[in-house]
Amino acid sequence: MLNASLKQLSALLADGKVSSVELTQTFLDRIEQLNPSLNAFITVDREKSLAQAKTADELRAKGGACPLTGIPVAQKDIFCAQGWLTTCGSKMLHNFVSPYDAHVIEQFNRAGAVNLGKTNMDEFAMGSSNETSYHGKVKNPWNQETVPGGSSGGSAAAVAARLAPAATGTDTGGSIRQPAALTGITGLKPTYGVVSRYGMIAFASSLDQGGPMAKSAEDCALLLNAMAGFDSRDSTSLEREKEDYARDLAQPLQGLKIGLPKEFFAEGLSADVAQRVEEAIAEYRKLGAETVEVSLPNSKLAIPVYYVLAPAEASSNLSRFDGVRYGHRAPEYTDLLDMYCKTRAQGFGSEVKRRIMIGTYVLSHGYYDAYYLQAQKLRRLIAQDFVEAFKHCDVIMGPTAPSTAFKIGEKSDDPVSMYLSDIYTIAVNLAGLPGMSVPCGFGGNGLPVGLQIIGNYFSEAKMLNVAHQYQQATDWHTRMPEGI
Amino acid sequence: MQWEVVIGLETHAQLSTNSKIFSGASTAFGAAPNVQACAVDLALPGVLPVLNKGAVERAVKFGLAIGAKINRKSIFARKNYFYPDLPKGYQISQFELPIVAEGELTVQLPDYEKTVRITRAHLEEDAGKSLHEDFHGMTGIDLNRAGTPLLEIVSEPDMRSAQEAVAYAKALHSLVRWIGICDGNMQEGSFRCDANVSVRPKGQEAFGTRCEIKNLNSFKFLEKAIEYEVRRQIELIEDGGTVVQETRLYDPDRDETRSMRSKEEANDYRYFPDPDLLPLVVDEAFLDQARTGLPELPQAMRERFMGDYALPAYDAGVLTSSREMAAYFEDTAKAFGGEAKIAANWIMGDLSAALNKDGKDLADSPISSALLAGLLKRIADGTISGKIAKEVFAAMWAGEGDADAIIEARGLKQVSDAGAIEKIVDDILAANPAQVAEYRAGKDKVFGFFVGQAMKASKGKANPAQLNDILKKKLAG
Repeated sequence: MLNASLKQLSALLADGKVSSVELTQTFLDRIEQLNPSLNAFITVDREKSLAQAKTADELRAKGGACPLTGIPVAQKDIFCAQGWLTTCGSKMLHNFVSPYDAHVIEQFNRAGAVNLGKTNMDEFAMGSSNETSYHGKVKNPWNQETVPGGSSGGSAAAVAARLAPAATGTDTGGSIRQPAALTGITGLKPTYGVVSRYGMIAFASSLDQGGPMAKSAEDCALLLNAMAGFDSRDSTSLEREKEDYARDLAQPLQGLKIGLPKEFFAEGLSADVAQRVEEAIAEYRKLGAETVEVSLPNSKLAIPVYYVLAPAEASSNLSRFDGVRYGHRAPEYTDLLDMYCKTRAQGFGSEVKRRIMIGTYVLSHGYYDAYYLQAQKLRRLIAQDFVEAFKHCDVIMGPTAPSTAFKIGEKSDDPVSMYLSDIYTIAVNLAGLPGMSVPCGFGGNGLPVGLQIIGNYFSEAKMLNVAHQYQQATDWHTRMPEGI
Repeated sequence: MQWEVVIGLETHAQLSTNSKIFSGASTAFGAAPNVQACAVDLALPGVLPVLNKGAVERAVKFGLAIGAKINRKSIFARKNYFYPDLPKGYQISQFELPIVAEGELTVQLPDYEKTVRITRAHLEEDAGKSLHEDFHGMTGIDLNRAGTPLLEIVSEPDMRSAQEAVAYAKALHSLVRWIGICDGNMQEGSFRCDANVSVRPKGQEAFGTRCEIKNLNSFKFLEKAIEYEVRRQIELIEDGGTVVQETRLYDPDRDETRSMRSKEEANDYRYFPDPDLLPLVVDEAFLDQARTGLPELPQAMRERFMGDYALPAYDAGVLTSSREMAAYFEDTAKAFGGEAKIAANWIMGDLSAALNKDGKDLADSPISSALLAGLLKRIADGTISGKIAKEVFAAMWAGEGDADAIIEARGLKQVSDAGAIEKIVDDILAANPAQVAEYRAGKDKVFGFFVGQAMKASKGKANPAQLNDILKKKLAG
């Protein structure tokens, strides 16, 4: 059951071979057993989850089930869920119980899915290793001395260790794809605007996008069916017709044109990641795809552009955490300014503070033009590169991350080296494009390698098809860490 | 030295939408603290703003009413600063691209007309309120007002006296109510002004250093604060000092302005486009809809009144000071059918005085336009004299019915019967031979005495013109 796909679980539930309560219980037990070492979950609430499971079973008995009814899904702690502690990995919200549901949570509730718990994450989604969480580091189930990636590291580790059949993540600069790659699971960041951001605690509003993290492309398609859709409460949510993301899974790949950006296979990419990615592309050729070299000349600017824009937005988004209305407030202070300073000094960790300072600086009078405006201009150039590239191909492929999972602590004192782990993913966010990561083998150290698939706007169904066909031909996505 | 005063105003008009500019919470005034603050207004983690179309429509109407340029694409920006009643830690406003740009407003002053240029008007949200009393040394926060839609209207520094500034503010106040985008309630803070004031030697082109005066929630305070500030700046410069650019607060109790913060202490607001909101696009259809929804504007109506009703400019100006007043005049004039100037005189004279005296709004006037027109008709057709009309007016004000009923009940009908008037005149001439002799000796002034006596005898009902004729004839002997 642990390795079963969502489709299989759904069938088991439909056939009455297992109840949602039993299924949920199984995963809750597994969490209880393994979470102490992995630390993938911040909040687990048996009672709440089981109550939801019971409701799902009743719904099914009444004949009102849909594919996700009764399926336990772990939720990244960035999504507000009514009655659930929602901390966003920060001390600032260590006591915040959300009075409302995020759109994504509502959608899962509507589908009858069970909230299995809130997964660990880098504080306010700022990090690439899950080391910045107030609730402690998450361990990579493949090697507990290494990081699971971030910021959706808790969700990635939970799915990889089979603590959950599926999970949600959010991706601002690679936060779904990079941890998916580092833990050998499948993750998809949709086109910006496909999944409502309502109730998803904002890091960088123009880049944040929620998406599914699961064992396979097929599972991701089912999850995305629930998550996507127009929401009038998010002005950047796109008003499009509802689509079935699983509709094209079975399409053959004959004639598929894969663009390979030469910039993604250059200096900085570790040899075994390069090799696995090339093998995956060879597999695609066997499936009938053609490859063509494309160029993303401005992608080298993605990291500096991102580290101006994302902190700028974050510095403003995080201003609401001021100790006035909810969350942490310093226990002692002398006046208002002192209350603000102490609350924020105590409530935020160092990476968050670093980004607030960068963001405040780049928006300051006299620096705005040189940093923020300049970065916005470059952002358009980066997006334009993709428009050009997609004139020559259907999807773009390359590595998700430059290396396999690195050691805990290895990069924590070197932010720039940490930021470079998102070198291949960030441009996709800046362009607002969909991107996914698919497991494609292991490095010499036995750690998973991810293949990144980048699609054109709104081509999620196509990307899932491309990923699914690969997963029909390979079994990397079925591998599970040993000893777990 | 001769000094010239330079004033520009920033006015915040609260837009009369039912819900807030970025959330569905109610904007009604006076509710218990924080009951009208939803998740979005409280800035809970994860919430997002959604623009209220009604606020945009009102802003566009204002732009059209001042002949401004409506920016087809405008941008919402975040103005970042920390304050406990600013829940998000930033105010959503418009900075580089406001919805309304470059308009103007023509203002009537007693002796001249003045056109004030309006630089821009932009949409933004209001903050909440900090309550410093009754909390035992702590501060209470009421977020009911947070997210209320505001239109900030910024004028050019075109005004040259406190009187001009007040006239502009009043004209603006009248306009926003006229087009129905703001209730104009200054006590509830629906319409508030900040004034930028500077002085310069007469003839000098460069502006002096300005101070911004805040907290001006009445026209009287606006005038007094500017006057105080002008005196302060002139005295300061004449004493060899220099004006420092700063924000000053007006204290109505002491009638003075006090320094709030200097330019150096001012926040760096770190404006940047709000990534949660798309650029605001106003299309042709929306513009047309707003245009169609606009009533005839005061300026146009004023000119029409001068033409259609042959009113002097002053009267037309007064009668178009509000839509209610204009409608009242027009209804009266139409129902009356006579010389419109007479209707204007009554409305601007007796009616306004009575309203003032009782502290009533025109909407609550006991005398409707139809009632007033009924009275005017009786004056015009000679049923009553202008003097008796005042008595009838007072009775109508007291709710005694329409003019005809009052005239009938009180027996006020003018005596136009020549025989009856002749009888009165004969009696008076007979009773006052000395005065008759004086008149006949060339003392014309005595004529007034006979008129007074005759009116008294007729209880004011004698037709004055007829009385005059008969008196003259009889006195001529």
